[in-house]
Amino acid sequence: MSGASLPGHRLSLEAPLRLDSGVELPGVTIAYQTYGQLNPAKSNAILICHALTGDQFAAEPHPLTGKPGWWDRMAGQGRVLDSDRYFLICANVLGGCMGSTGPSDLRAPGQPWGLGFPVITIADMVRAQVKLIEHLGIDRLFCVIGGSMGGMQVLEWAAHYPDRLFAAVPIATAARHSAQNIAFHEVGRQAIIADPDWCEGAYGTNGRRPQRGLAVARMAAHITYLSEAALHRKFGRNLQRGSLNFDFDADFQVESYLRHQGISFTERFDANSYLYITRAMDYFDLAADHGGVLAHAFVGTKVHFCVLSFSSDWLFPTAESRALVKALNAVAANVSFVEVQSDKGHDAFLLDEPEFHATIAGFLSGAADRLDRQP
Amino acid sequence: MSKALRADLLRVADMVASGARVLDIGCGDGSLLDYLHRQKQVDGRGIELSMAGVQGAVAQGLSVIQGDADTDLNDYPSGAFDYVILSQTLQATRAPRAVLQNMLRIGRYAIVSFPNFGHWRIRLSLALRGRMPETRTLTYAWYDTPNIHLCTIDDFTDLCRSLNIRVERALTLATDGRVGYFGAAWCANLMGEQAIFLLRHEHRA
Repeated sequence: MSGASLPGHRLSLEAPLRLDSGVELPGVTIAYQTYGQLNPAKSNAILICHALTGDQFAAEPHPLTGKPGWWDRMAGQGRVLDSDRYFLICANVLGGCMGSTGPSDLRAPGQPWGLGFPVITIADMVRAQVKLIEHLGIDRLFCVIGGSMGGMQVLEWAAHYPDRLFAAVPIATAARHSAQNIAFHEVGRQAIIADPDWCEGAYGTNGRRPQRGLAVARMAAHITYLSEAALHRKFGRNLQRGSLNFDFDADFQVESYLRHQGISFTERFDANSYLYITRAMDYFDLAADHGGVLAHAFVGTKVHFCVLSFSSDWLFPTAESRALVKALNAVAANVSFVEVQSDKGHDAFLLDEPEFHATIAGFLSGAADRLDRQP
Repeated sequence: MSKALRADLLRVADMVASGARVLDIGCGDGSLLDYLHRQKQVDGRGIELSMAGVQGAVAQGLSVIQGDADTDLNDYPSGAFDYVILSQTLQATRAPRAVLQNMLRIGRYAIVSFPNFGHWRIRLSLALRGRMPETRTLTYAWYDTPNIHLCTIDDFTDLCRSLNIRVERALTLATDGRVGYFGAAWCANLMGEQAIFLLRHEHRA
């Protein structure tokens, strides 16, 4: 599978992209989608940052799966991020597999990068996005918004490019990846690496793909996106075929569901991309980049923040958002913070949560009013 | 959305200078902040305990975080605001003295309003009925009241004195919202149902 053949916009960077690792990555391509129109003042652009396994198809049916865009409930015509009002931009992250440069791309004819691809960071992903925004002729984004890993990118934008955005909405995220989250990622990576079809990452040319490893990685990760209550409500201990079978087929509906999630994921995602992107999340630690004090990342910031968390999210719990808010308060930043009551776990930011949507809608319209009043 | 502001909040708003930076602790749905923003062009922030309150305020375009006075004020830097407002909430905090000190650390001025436990109706109610007073301003039964640190106007001014806090302005309100300015202090402590104080630290310019 290659993202190169997918529909949509492409930007090819002329100069190599300098990465945190010190590597100068040549020939970077950024695949992106836009919705709506940029206004003449160029003041209505919203950059949507996608999560670990998301992509640029935020508000339209996915070209590979045919399913609605991953943020279809939030972005598009008449939605909270209304494409009739805002110019929405969503780019596939660096290291991804949906058209932006990543390990499944060719470094030379017939030769995929594989593990030769440099390790990338959240800051590198944002560097690529900055190039895209410059290419689109936008000096300052109205808002940068995203959940989970997307929220990390939002924080990176606010910390390192504060003059290039007016508002920031980090959702269900953290200023650093926790030990527990790194641990879960390591389980996923080891599942891929243990698959004989992974071939030390060089599976691209021999027709083999580590589907089983990638599926197991997805299954483990998927559990962390849900809450115990959500899983129980959906499946309980319900049986797949009415009775126990005394074997290791999927007896329980929850097993069958997870297997399905794992297998369908492999149809649209690349195993090496999964390794690289999870690594980027693990490396993310905004405080470490600022002398160990998170507040130092935001000194003097003029950015308007709206921080959101979900009460049942145990992957990026509210405590992480509170730590962020605490740091923002310490520099007297303009910040709003809401913990949305939901039993849907981390995935709540992708789901139908009316209070969550209402909060963001209100924040954006208030921010737009303030922007209009600025000289 | 523009609702009529509660009478005591109007008096609080009167004390705030135009264009100031304001932190409203226990801001509810943000009606005071919204009023200050519209009428006085203040740069306002709020702290509110209830999610419904925070959501209502943020949805109006206000900058409000979910939190409480006892724990979250420590996060703010000194001198970050011109005014720090605490209306009808001091008596519900765990450590009113620390909250007050924090308010005047964070802000140049503090504005505090609270129900006066020295009001004659409360005194009379306790004296004659021999039970914890339940009045129009204190509507809870003793066993489920959030008001764990009630005080009288005189108690409050004593505390201010001990903390080197200067009372810049003080006024009392009757239930109907009518203002009764301090004449004799004993009179205010007896006749005022609610009190509003504009405070400033003695040692700060």
